[in-house]
Amino acid sequence: MNLHAVRAIYLFEMARTRRTLLQSVLAPVISTSLYFVVFGSAIGARIPEVGGVSYGAFIVPGLVMLNLLTQSVSNASFAIFFPKFSRTIYELLSAPVSHFEIVLSYVGAAATKSILLSLIILATAAFFVPLRIEHPAWMLFFLVLTALSFSLLGFILGIWADNFEKLQLVPLLVITPLTFLGGSFYSIDMLPPAWQTVTLFNPVVYLVSGFRWSFYGSADVAVGVSLGMSLLFLAVFVAIVTWIFRTGYRLKP
Amino acid sequence: MQPIISISGLAKTYDSGFVALKGVDLDIRPGEIFALLGPNGAGKTTLISIVCGLVRPSAGQVTVAGHDIVRDYRAAREMIGLVPQELTTDSFETVWNTVSFSRGLFGRPPDPAHIERVLKDLSLWPKKDSKLITLSGGMKRRVLIAKALSHEPRVLFLDEPTAGVDVELRRDMWQLVRRLRDTGVTVILTTHYIEEAEEMADRVGVIARGELILVEDKATLMRKLGGKQLTLQLARPLAQIPPALAHYGLSLAKGGREILYRYEAEREETAIVDLLQELGAAGIGFADLHTTQRSLEDIFVSLVAEPDAAEAAEAGKQP
Repeated sequence: MNLHAVRAIYLFEMARTRRTLLQSVLAPVISTSLYFVVFGSAIGARIPEVGGVSYGAFIVPGLVMLNLLTQSVSNASFAIFFPKFSRTIYELLSAPVSHFEIVLSYVGAAATKSILLSLIILATAAFFVPLRIEHPAWMLFFLVLTALSFSLLGFILGIWADNFEKLQLVPLLVITPLTFLGGSFYSIDMLPPAWQTVTLFNPVVYLVSGFRWSFYGSADVAVGVSLGMSLLFLAVFVAIVTWIFRTGYRLKP
Repeated sequence: MQPIISISGLAKTYDSGFVALKGVDLDIRPGEIFALLGPNGAGKTTLISIVCGLVRPSAGQVTVAGHDIVRDYRAAREMIGLVPQELTTDSFETVWNTVSFSRGLFGRPPDPAHIERVLKDLSLWPKKDSKLITLSGGMKRRVLIAKALSHEPRVLFLDEPTAGVDVELRRDMWQLVRRLRDTGVTVILTTHYIEEAEEMADRVGVIARGELILVEDKATLMRKLGGKQLTLQLARPLAQIPPALAHYGLSLAKGGREILYRYEAEREETAIVDLLQELGAAGIGFADLHTTQRSLEDIFVSLVAEPDAAEAAEAGKQP
């Protein structure tokens, strides 16, 4: 294994985050704080408890998941798109690096960034609402699993996109709406029966539900199903990345 | 001598149907400077890109120091440094960081002393902490070379290395390439500047329409195909060449005030003496004379312009 290369790419990506610390960390923390102020304090004070927890505390896992998904996708997609855009990718493709090592370093860096950010947001939430985590190990497991899966998705999008508009297309038009409609701010029990069924086709429901279970021990869908769906996403994205490297799709003519 | 790069039957057809390479065979000798010449779209960059792993071959095999570029890609690529044609750099990185990154990417442990040596060799040391976006085009070109040399490659590909750089920098780069060759590095360069190939190359390959139409030692090529021309400035203009001199294939220029005689220096050592004697016997006096030799550029243009010229070149190789 070319560990020097993995280290070089990983540190290179992390250094980029340090250079853009304000944009990378401060912006998501401020926007999440605003969610807590608006939904947790202003509106949440008028909403009764959901599943035995205050509304402010109820939305914490959803908000963390919202950030985790969007940050994982955008970090990884930009990380591989930018070398394509600036054409510096020639160096990566001509280096003695395996496909696995490329994915490991880029996805590893993107996942690290989004996990760190999620933990920062979690710490920020603790200032606004009383927070408890019943299954911390499972919480970390879901966090890491989701970060890896959606960093892989971001990596795929970064390779697929051939302009900045496409790069933003999926996060803005798919990921964010699905997350908002995936039970981040409500329990699906609160929906009419027909919409409850429709919601089950939203994959983000399973991610939010499993993650919320690790906090409060209750979930919209069985935690085993959430776990299975999370692993399924990982498997699908791994399969797509494998296909990309095998065929050279948008990387090697 | 075992070739450092061995290319056999290499072909590439892009998805668009464009045939970039049609079964190229080529051996590169260790430690040589090999210039690959060819017009735009001839297949030069595709050939380099396949060897470096940027483009997938449709057919054929390439080995680098015996390592197959597909099956044993790690060992093959570790030996190669590539300087691309385009000025592609990470704008917001510093010179030091981007060169150090390249070394790690190619599997080498950090070695600040080597990076310092490379940057000093390329006159980049004073700029080591500068961001690439602040550098001139020439400096960026040097950075790309520094990146390619950061992992101490045994083979260096230079794809149009001096495109768009000033004369001084071009001379600097030529010196650098020679120094690299002196340390045993094999250099393969593509260039539009025939002067560059003529100045530096040990061997020259000419590629056109996806086919390697000629590979020859530069000196041999110049000797074989670099025909000479004798120009005689006549004392009095001539209306026509006397029939007795027809077998020399002479032609008149400048309204009959000059006689032009094209000859192969290697084959016709005594022809000029004979010609001058016959001109004297025919009563044709001349005021001055000079000879000129075809440059590599003339040879190149004639080779790629005329498909049949390759056959002529091949015929020229026959003893």
